[in-house]
Amino acid sequence: MGASIIRNFPSWSIMLCLFSGIVSSVLKKRGARLVNTILLLSVSVMSGALLIFTWNSGVAYTYQMGNFPAPWGNELRFTCLEAAIALFFCIIMFLSLFGGNEHLNAEVEGRKHNLYYVLTDLLLASLLALLYTNDMFTAYVFVEINTIAACGLIMVRQVGRTIEAAVRYMIMSLLGSGLLLMGICMLYDMTGQLLMTQMHDSVVQIMATGDYHVPMTVAVCIITVGLAIKSALFPFHAWLPDAYGYSTVGSSAMLSSLVSKGYIFLLIKIIYRVIGFEAYHDTKIIHVLFIFGLCGMIFGSVSAIKENDIRRMIAFSSVAQIGYIYMGFGLGTFAGMSASIFHIFSHAASKSLLFIAAIGLTDVSGGSRKFSDLTGAGYRHKIAGVAFTVGSLSMVGIPLFPGFISKILFAQASIQNHGKMLPALIVLAISTILNAIYFLKTVIRLYTPVENSEYTVARAKEHKGYTLALILFIIINLAIGTCSEYLVNVINGGLLNEIAEGGKSLLNLLQTTLPA
Amino acid sequence: MKANKNYEKTTAFKFFRWMKGTKDPYVGEVEMKPQPHHEVPEETIQERMKEKSELLDAVYDVKTNKKVKAFTRIYRTIAIIFCLILTASLVAVVSFLPKTGDPTTPANSSEVAERYNSSALEETGAVNTVTGMILTYRAFDTFGETNVLFIATICVMISLMLEEKVAEREEERRLARHPEHKDPILQLAAKFLVPIIVVFGIYIILNGQNSPGGGFSGGAILGAGLILYANAFGIKDTGRFFNEKVYAVCKVTALCMYGLIGLYYYTCGANGINNHIPFGIPGAILSGGIILPIDICVGIEVACTMYAFYALFKRGSL
Repeated sequence: MGASIIRNFPSWSIMLCLFSGIVSSVLKKRGARLVNTILLLSVSVMSGALLIFTWNSGVAYTYQMGNFPAPWGNELRFTCLEAAIALFFCIIMFLSLFGGNEHLNAEVEGRKHNLYYVLTDLLLASLLALLYTNDMFTAYVFVEINTIAACGLIMVRQVGRTIEAAVRYMIMSLLGSGLLLMGICMLYDMTGQLLMTQMHDSVVQIMATGDYHVPMTVAVCIITVGLAIKSALFPFHAWLPDAYGYSTVGSSAMLSSLVSKGYIFLLIKIIYRVIGFEAYHDTKIIHVLFIFGLCGMIFGSVSAIKENDIRRMIAFSSVAQIGYIYMGFGLGTFAGMSASIFHIFSHAASKSLLFIAAIGLTDVSGGSRKFSDLTGAGYRHKIAGVAFTVGSLSMVGIPLFPGFISKILFAQASIQNHGKMLPALIVLAISTILNAIYFLKTVIRLYTPVENSEYTVARAKEHKGYTLALILFIIINLAIGTCSEYLVNVINGGLLNEIAEGGKSLLNLLQTTLPA
Repeated sequence: MKANKNYEKTTAFKFFRWMKGTKDPYVGEVEMKPQPHHEVPEETIQERMKEKSELLDAVYDVKTNKKVKAFTRIYRTIAIIFCLILTASLVAVVSFLPKTGDPTTPANSSEVAERYNSSALEETGAVNTVTGMILTYRAFDTFGETNVLFIATICVMISLMLEEKVAEREEERRLARHPEHKDPILQLAAKFLVPIIVVFGIYIILNGQNSPGGGFSGGAILGAGLILYANAFGIKDTGRFFNEKVYAVCKVTALCMYGLIGLYYYTCGANGINNHIPFGIPGAILSGGIILPIDICVGIEVACTMYAFYALFKRGSL
């Protein structure tokens, strides 16, 4: 009985998010915040229960949305991986909102506070739907909700630069959505199916007969490019620094750690469930992803080094980290994919921590984001200084922190691919050094003593919520860094489920890549 | 209890002292030199500012700066060429796709299309297969789509909604500049047309399961009727029966109803519980199971969205 109730949780958590968003639109600020908190806690509990349930059973479940079974009606599909990501997203969103709350009060007009919570509720709904859905068109609908919610989160702080950033984000993001929609239409035209599993069967048939070779390749390419634009892969990252750098801090943390990751996870699902990993590998687009990933790792870091604004620097660092994730895709091995998914976790945890910590540091420097004013800020705001250091060490890849584990996993994965091993390892090393240059430079500056500073010192007692959020963030980072084995097991378990059902042909590939 | 001197040697004491910031950890421990303070002469600052402004002038002087001109021209040409190539290649790809309208194409002959065509009436109770398809077979998508409209209004509200007092002041200022001129022709036409449009909209919503139409199109017609009324008689007059409170109540009730029906439908369907909403006689207004109530909810939501967009763009509040 319990098990059959738990299987309803994905559907219920999506619906609960949508309901909370709808109700919050007529509530006052406090009510909306309360609804949001209850929502995040209850979805976390549901996702946690789902994680335990799916982990113990170790298989994938499908959930029929409505009276009609798979090829005719909508469907959700989930394994332990989806549940783990959902739980993690809820926690990160909760802490980001918690840590950014003080600034939210100052930066958003009074009447629009509840609308902010409507946006976050719907953002969570769309992220969960992107994680759980097994239907291409449902995925597209929720991509739309995700895009509009992200735009709103950027421009909810109504100053010139955020509005400009939101317009830029919207244009680029709509281009991405358009390409994704065109790709889905082409796939539908060739297969006559919209559900991922059924579409995969048709795609395998089409690939075997060799019909529609051109449109199939193009569809795969434009879906990939569309989602890459939306998740800010290197040449398409122009919208990112302004969007992350000027929006209110809770939004920055959520955008960098959750929104782009939702699209990346959708791409992973399309690769595994619709196209098939091997077929995707054969389209050569994987090499393009690999090269752009490598470029992103270098150029993102170079731009970050040049930046004189701490929040824009962190934003540019995201470009580099997204580059890592796509580089893992480009390796074309199971281990590479698993490393990419691990990096989704580690980057989300560290980057949101960095954004939240940076705002505390700029607050004790007269609101300035310039490095010359930030000198010694680590002494003026102790906990924010420590938190920023933790985030930086994780990004650079120091042991005990999540960034180290993802770099190790990437290096291990690249060794298994003979052609790409050398460039991947070399760029990984260069990128680590570049990361160290700008992050450690910042940390050293934060802890450079200044005489007779004119800025005030922040006390933890005055910022209780903020301090608590930072401490919890640090704990999460350390937990991912030290107990990575469990997380890697969950990721591999989830991916294996995809492979075992997504095409038996992959088992050979698996045996060559996974140690017995 | 440790004596104070002993306590001062412990790590805990040092940690709390560091937290409080009473003692700088470097003072007396590390030899340190503060960064030398170097004075920038006033002249240099002036010169730098002048250089900066000159640079900006040169960069943004589009009319005479030849480099900027050339760059803009090259940029635009490349962009146009790129777009043309992209368009051409996408059109070329379409020619490889199955022919539109051919009954043997995968999209037209797959099991999905066949089932929708052959048994939609008996399975959903809707004569109009399209409505039956989007509101029962793919109910989840359509709920998502309705939420897209909802979140779009929220975003427009964030960027356009003014505080109540500001909105009133703006309105007064606008009226002072252009006194509102009520057009008798428009008002007379609206008096005749609005009731007909509203009835037509309601008809389309209620007959969604039987004839082309449904919540989305009917709601758009209702919204158009409201906008026509507001245009003829002013938003203030419309506010007598459709103000922010009515709007909020309508929108939230409609969306929540839709959500509840959806939740009931998904949960029942997935857990194998029988669906107790009767289909009725096909072709009658009260038929189609969950389709009719969902159509009404969607219609209200779409009408509200249309009118809210109009009012927000026109006046900055509802």
